[in-house]
Amino acid sequence: MAEHAAAPLGGRLLTPVTVLLGALAAVAGIILLFRFFHGLGAVTNLSDGYPWGIWIAYDVVVGSALACGGYAIALLVYIFNRGEYHPLVRPALLASLFGYTLAGASVIFDLGRWWNVWHIFWPGYAQPNSVMFEVAVCITAYIFVMWIEFSPVFLEKLGMKDARRKLSKVLFFFIALGVVLPSMHQSSLGSLLVIFGRQIHPLWQAGWLLPLLYLMTAVLLGFAVVIFEAAAASTGFRRSTETAILARLSGLMFWLLAAYLVVRVADLVLRGALGSAFAFSLEAVMFWLEMIAFALPLLLLGSRAARARPSRLFVSAVLLMAGGFLLRINGFLVGYQTGDGWHYFPALPELLVTIGLIAFEVLAYIVFVRRLPVLPRAAAAAR
Amino acid sequence: MDRRNFLKASAAGGGLLAAGAGTPAHARGNREVPPEALGLLYDSTLCVGCKACVAACKQANGMPPEFSTEEHLWDTPLDISGRTLNVIKVYRSGSARNKDREQDGYAFIKKSCMHCVDPSCISACPVSAMQKDPRTGVVSYDKDACIGCRYCVAACPFGVPRFTFESATPQISKCQLCRHRWKDGGYAACAEVCPTGATLYGRLTDLKQEAARRLAAKPGAPMVYPRGRLGGPDQSYPGVSAAYVQHLYGEKEFGGTQMVMLAGVPFEKLGYPGLPPVSDASSSETLQHTLYGGLVMPVAFLGLLSWVARRNVKSADDEEDPHHG
Amino acid sequence: MTDTFLREALDAADTVSDRLGIGRREFLRLCAATAATLGLPAGAEAAIAKAVEKAKRPPVIWLHFQECTGCSESLLRAEHPTLEKLILDVISLDYHETLMAAAGHQAEAARKASMQANKGKYILVVEGAIPVRDGGIYCKVGGRKAIDLVRECAADAAAVIAIGSCASWGGMPSTDPNPTGSSSVGEVLGKAVVTIPGCPPNPYNFLATAVHFLTFGKLPEVDALGRPKFAYGRLVHENCERRAHFDAGRFAMEFGDTGHRQGYCLYKLGCKGPETYANCPTIGFGDVGEGNWPVGCGHPCIGCTEKGVAFTKPIHQVAVMKNVVPPLSFPRIVEDQGKTSFASAAALAAIAGAAAGAAAMLARNLGKSEAGRQDAQPPKGE
Repeated sequence: MAEHAAAPLGGRLLTPVTVLLGALAAVAGIILLFRFFHGLGAVTNLSDGYPWGIWIAYDVVVGSALACGGYAIALLVYIFNRGEYHPLVRPALLASLFGYTLAGASVIFDLGRWWNVWHIFWPGYAQPNSVMFEVAVCITAYIFVMWIEFSPVFLEKLGMKDARRKLSKVLFFFIALGVVLPSMHQSSLGSLLVIFGRQIHPLWQAGWLLPLLYLMTAVLLGFAVVIFEAAAASTGFRRSTETAILARLSGLMFWLLAAYLVVRVADLVLRGALGSAFAFSLEAVMFWLEMIAFALPLLLLGSRAARARPSRLFVSAVLLMAGGFLLRINGFLVGYQTGDGWHYFPALPELLVTIGLIAFEVLAYIVFVRRLPVLPRAAAAAR
Repeated sequence: MDRRNFLKASAAGGGLLAAGAGTPAHARGNREVPPEALGLLYDSTLCVGCKACVAACKQANGMPPEFSTEEHLWDTPLDISGRTLNVIKVYRSGSARNKDREQDGYAFIKKSCMHCVDPSCISACPVSAMQKDPRTGVVSYDKDACIGCRYCVAACPFGVPRFTFESATPQISKCQLCRHRWKDGGYAACAEVCPTGATLYGRLTDLKQEAARRLAAKPGAPMVYPRGRLGGPDQSYPGVSAAYVQHLYGEKEFGGTQMVMLAGVPFEKLGYPGLPPVSDASSSETLQHTLYGGLVMPVAFLGLLSWVARRNVKSADDEEDPHHG
Repeated sequence: MTDTFLREALDAADTVSDRLGIGRREFLRLCAATAATLGLPAGAEAAIAKAVEKAKRPPVIWLHFQECTGCSESLLRAEHPTLEKLILDVISLDYHETLMAAAGHQAEAARKASMQANKGKYILVVEGAIPVRDGGIYCKVGGRKAIDLVRECAADAAAVIAIGSCASWGGMPSTDPNPTGSSSVGEVLGKAVVTIPGCPPNPYNFLATAVHFLTFGKLPEVDALGRPKFAYGRLVHENCERRAHFDAGRFAMEFGDTGHRQGYCLYKLGCKGPETYANCPTIGFGDVGEGNWPVGCGHPCIGCTEKGVAFTKPIHQVAVMKNVVPPLSFPRIVEDQGKTSFASAAALAAIAGAAAGAAAMLARNLGKSEAGRQDAQPPKGE
């Protein structure tokens, strides 16, 4: 059980990769500075027809879903008591921590009247009927919960063993909270679309099934991201892959994916929306891309032997991430139409901010795993 | 691994989810029309396209002009926007020779806030910046509460709340039925200036009665049209009844709106979509209340998971402790 | 060439000035004003001056039927120059019941003589509607029915001009229930005639039409109702001095209110400008001075030139907006809005390509390490 323990990876922080990431993040920072002085219109292509652009659809909706690794693994380890996945907890949690913290931060960049953001949490202003209210409160709470969940890492680093022990006595509550909260807001990210009604293309307006679809794909994405990160980290940091664990994980993923596709397709058929998938339109093309991205992993991971191959696992994870990305982008941007005549494609500065945020996230991840006990010790020792 | 525990947890979690997705336990219907609901009746067949309402609206709300032509000569908004609360648009087909005719005709249409009975914008707003007056039903906006998330902009089926994207201190712009002019005895400026009574202000019940009267009249029959405010000083004038599409838009759409409309051309052609009688706000809120009503389900879920996690954290993390402890 | 032409015109002016007893300068001003009313290009005043001088004065026979003589009166009130002189000297007014010195049989004889002498050359002007009910017995001149007179005189006329709304489309006498069956000249003759509607019409519109005939030998271009396009081509509303108030939504609500005193738009008081074709806003009314026309004085236009408007619609009934097509400045139901960016599309494509490439590389490396592990070799990198 020695590999359960985590240790800092060590190594240099200043590498060409980190410098590039830092530069990208700096560009985003400059653009954001400009945005705060000249308004959203100065750096984005947002309009009244597309009031939400990629800063919401990608940075928040997709970004937080891609940051569900911590949630998915915590669900597995602590709720379904699958202790064998424990080594995956910390790296997954770290990625989630950054993903969510940045998703939260990017909300501030996107809010027009950001100085009022505290109103969401203030009783006189808060409006609990709003799905947005629930999403905002849950995400904020979850970010705090995740920092608490992750705090043993800092406490270990600082050698505060007493505090670490005390925390571990109540950690179960935060772990439970760390499962409840994402379940709530990941499903509610889907519920956000309910009020859009007919403004969402029938291929994505699943009504009351939206929360279920978004929750299932959030967990799927969580697993996929864990596999992706493990593979990326093993290549990037030249560590051995945890293939055995990942293979078992992908088995779970396979069944969840199958269940998701059944719900998704059944919903489309029952609502009679499938017909529009055969129209010659951007929506139909994007729909099929999304469905292919979800369906291919089902073929790729069909057998136990296939699941044991890291390359298969990796490709499936990437495809699933693409599928989850497409489901959300399609729902929030491609399938959204407030009326004829409106166009949107992100502006370059808008795109650079999103890229900069991702760069910042990766950069922080690198710094953390090199300096803090995140990755399993055994693997680190192999270095 | 504790198989029994796993199964129990899955069953409980699945049950909760199923309960959530399955039955609308807290179904909330459309909201009711407020007792003294105020509104507008827009009659496309009476509109002469003078845009007096557009100009008056700008003036009454202190909005700057907006330019869509190369020469920035005068206010030419293409649509409602952060700086325009009301526009008159034109539908034209073929030779556009006949007014209020679908083929080879043209028709004017007003675009401004519909003041829904059950507005999406209010349901969407996380900080109560959008409010519906319990008495008059006017949908108002408070910029001091607003966080600028634009969920209202995205949610409105009519695309009404608009946002000043070009400002560093942006805000939502929408018609508030000139409620700031009430204290001086004024009312909706668009109706006040309308030369033909195409935009008529008044209590919703009276407006609906007036609309029914017009729909019942035979096309070409002599007709007296009121102007300005129903129930206000008489400014009516004689005219001739038009050939209406037998449809009072906003009577049923989306749970009803407090701006209702008549036209001689089907409303889909005029940019007003066919909407179901159930408001999106009621769907969304029913879903939310089913899942989170009284926080019953989340708390139950949290309790269950805490209990499970407590057992499993020990078994998972205790193994870790010896290395540190 | 222009010089010669001008010189000839000036000579002509001298001749006519002598004849009319008006100054040369004044005469040229009249010609210029006429050319302007007709919308003719610069230099046309010279042609008009020449025509007025050289052409034999066309004989005019002017008939009066169901009318108030307001049209003649308005013509007499024109001051640039005094039009009666012009009518007597530019044209040869051979028969006009109000103006001619002759009376009784003598007058009728003059008409007959002129018609005989100028067969096919004279201009027939009709003022007033013609009753047709009961065989047309409700209006007689010299014992002869109006309907017979107009047919007789029109038979050999070079051109027929109906002056005033009564002659043009029936006017006030034809108002419901129209007991005498008042009809327009066109209806009685069964053919299109030039009409100068108005109650009364602007004298310059008639004068310009007559001079056009004099100058070019033909009547000016007319619309479907026989109205010269130079005068009746546009709605009163289009050139109205109060139009800006209409566009801005500033309306007089009742006579004497603030808006009315401020000169706001009279649409809400029933102004028929939006459905009335006439040039009143551009040339004013008669010769009474700038800004003096009904709307200029604060009264809504009653649409006196328009059949079905004047004497038919209540004065304060709101007008129908006559737009041939809706103005182009209106936003359409669907407008292209929103922004897209080619640069970012290209950047996004590049990033997507790079990401796909990186993923493919990574997958290949993972595949290699799989192969390596199968050969029981230590993992790559150590």
